[in-house]
Amino acid sequence: MSNNHLMEFDNEKTTDVLEKSKQLGLLEKDLVEMYRTMISIRLFEEMADKLYALGKVHGTMHLSAGQEGVAVGTGKVMGAEDYLLNHHRGHGHFIASGADIKKMMAEFLGKETGYCKGRGGSMHIADVEANNLGANGIVGGGIQLAAGVGLAIKMMGEERVVLVIFGDGAANQGILYESFNMAAIWDLPVVYLCENNQYGMSADVTRVSSKVPFKERATAHGIPGYYIDGNDVLAVYETMANAVEHARSRKGPVFVEAQTYRYFGHSKSDRNLYRTRDEIEEWKHRDPIERFQKLLVDANIITEEDIEKIYQEMSQLIDEAVEFAENSPEPDVSEVTEWVYA
Amino acid sequence: MPEITYRQAIHDAMVEEMRRDGRVFLIGEDIGTYGGAFGVSAGMLEEFGPGRIVETPISEEAIIGAAAGAAMVGMRPIAEMMFMDFILLTMEPLVNQAAKARYMFGGKATVPMVVRMPGGSGTGAAAQHSQSLETILMHIPGIKVVAPSTSYDAKGLLISSIRDLNPICFVEHKLLYKSKGEVPEEEYAIPLGVADVKREGRDLTLVASGIMVHKSLDAAQIVAEEDGISVEVVDPRTLRPLDVDTIAKSVKKTGRLLVVHEAVKTAGWAGEVMASVSETPSWDYLDAPMRRLTGKDVPIPYNRHLEAAAVPQVDDIVREVRAIVNTQY
Repeated sequence: MSNNHLMEFDNEKTTDVLEKSKQLGLLEKDLVEMYRTMISIRLFEEMADKLYALGKVHGTMHLSAGQEGVAVGTGKVMGAEDYLLNHHRGHGHFIASGADIKKMMAEFLGKETGYCKGRGGSMHIADVEANNLGANGIVGGGIQLAAGVGLAIKMMGEERVVLVIFGDGAANQGILYESFNMAAIWDLPVVYLCENNQYGMSADVTRVSSKVPFKERATAHGIPGYYIDGNDVLAVYETMANAVEHARSRKGPVFVEAQTYRYFGHSKSDRNLYRTRDEIEEWKHRDPIERFQKLLVDANIITEEDIEKIYQEMSQLIDEAVEFAENSPEPDVSEVTEWVYA
Repeated sequence: MPEITYRQAIHDAMVEEMRRDGRVFLIGEDIGTYGGAFGVSAGMLEEFGPGRIVETPISEEAIIGAAAGAAMVGMRPIAEMMFMDFILLTMEPLVNQAAKARYMFGGKATVPMVVRMPGGSGTGAAAQHSQSLETILMHIPGIKVVAPSTSYDAKGLLISSIRDLNPICFVEHKLLYKSKGEVPEEEYAIPLGVADVKREGRDLTLVASGIMVHKSLDAAQIVAEEDGISVEVVDPRTLRPLDVDTIAKSVKKTGRLLVVHEAVKTAGWAGEVMASVSETPSWDYLDAPMRRLTGKDVPIPYNRHLEAAAVPQVDDIVREVRAIVNTQY
């Protein structure tokens, strides 16, 4: 059994959602909205998988089902003016940051109406005008840019922060340490979020990493580091709120590592040979959506009836996005060489 | 017009653009008090301060990544690579990030950045500090490659590069830093993608860039005096986009083409020039096979005689010009 380094968070686990949300300044409607967003991500990913199975997707995809707690806890914290650098398993973070699901689905299907006019696909969804600087097909790709975005924010004297999200795989790319060093010596407003889902493709994080958790590598650079339960959406929100506040108040970079798990394989070629069915099932007992749902139900914030209604609404939203994408035009092949240069 | 060095011209272009536009800044290793490894940024720290003369750790990948990130959100970075060879450490942010962001995001991003890099041999710095890697950069859609040969071109092209909205690789030849040339005192810019005829001639078109322009001009003078051969020297100035029209027009006039570069032969840009000319109607006007004279397919050696033998020299160019013009086909 792998994952023997996993931390238990019993002491810090959110058990009383009312108490916790009060402490965090979240209203009941915020909690319901967060829950709805988590559902929309899960349904988006399941639809993406289905569309692929139906042969409607030309390229590859990297699904984040199981990681909704990290996405929504983080997205709720970030301001519209903050920059986002995302990783290749990024659908959830985009949805949580308020992206238009129709445009995402259209990009996924390679249509002209997609965020990148069908030039990028799932791995490169970006919305630069909305400060979303893109998902990245290179593991650690966003890390390369993060210090520069932070430097620009500092030079322009702005109050924004840049959030760069990457996985445990990227934590072993050398650029992370060049970036840590630069961000630390220049006190840049960079929030590093390592979404540790236990595997870099098939590589068990403990097998390929000299030392875990990675937060110790951040603290070794003088950067405050946190290790949290990524499947506890309110714990994510709490830590990310503190982290963003730290960066925004010009105290320099900060690092958060969120422990989580992906249910689907790495990409469409994955046959899950490197992990057991039992392991996947075990993680489903820590499912971020079910945990949050139980808290909300126990606190009488939502009822079973509400849940059904939310699923229906979100499902309809996804269906509409698919319909929009399918009815959208293909890019004009005569424009294949557009936008190489500005 | 006053004469200034190539180094001064590059320095002046940066200073003038930084005074004009608060978004422009310089980032790189030892560019502050030290003034840059080749002294190009000397004095800039005093004028602009550490906020805009951003001295970095020795982290080339992070320097180019940072430049790209800053450019994407509205700044105009100029990144200095201490040696062109070090650009190889930065291929990931340069090629996979900066060059592709615009296209990959459906035309919604711009990455206005300049990477300045001293290339070329002749200083006894051996294999890892002497390369001419222009072709590697030219191969990437999204990147423009500029390689000035004179003070005038260096200043005018750098100003255009800083104002351009794309990632620019600006290749400086380290042996040219001390060379002098006339540069007007008033502001000017040279558009990218426009070649310059450095010497007019009738018998052969010689395409060369960087330091090879100077060697080619010397060779052209020798064959003019000794053989009565009239060579037209064309300096593309920008290698990508390449001004094929100007080159093809010259070939149509002279009927012969020789391309000279310091970079190694195999897959070097001489091949690109020759292929491009062969695709134009000028091909029909050729009186001789097109030829290239390039660096040998070796790493640059240390020993001064070996080093000189590895790249084209004036005598080699003279010999090649004579061979092409005097052979009957």
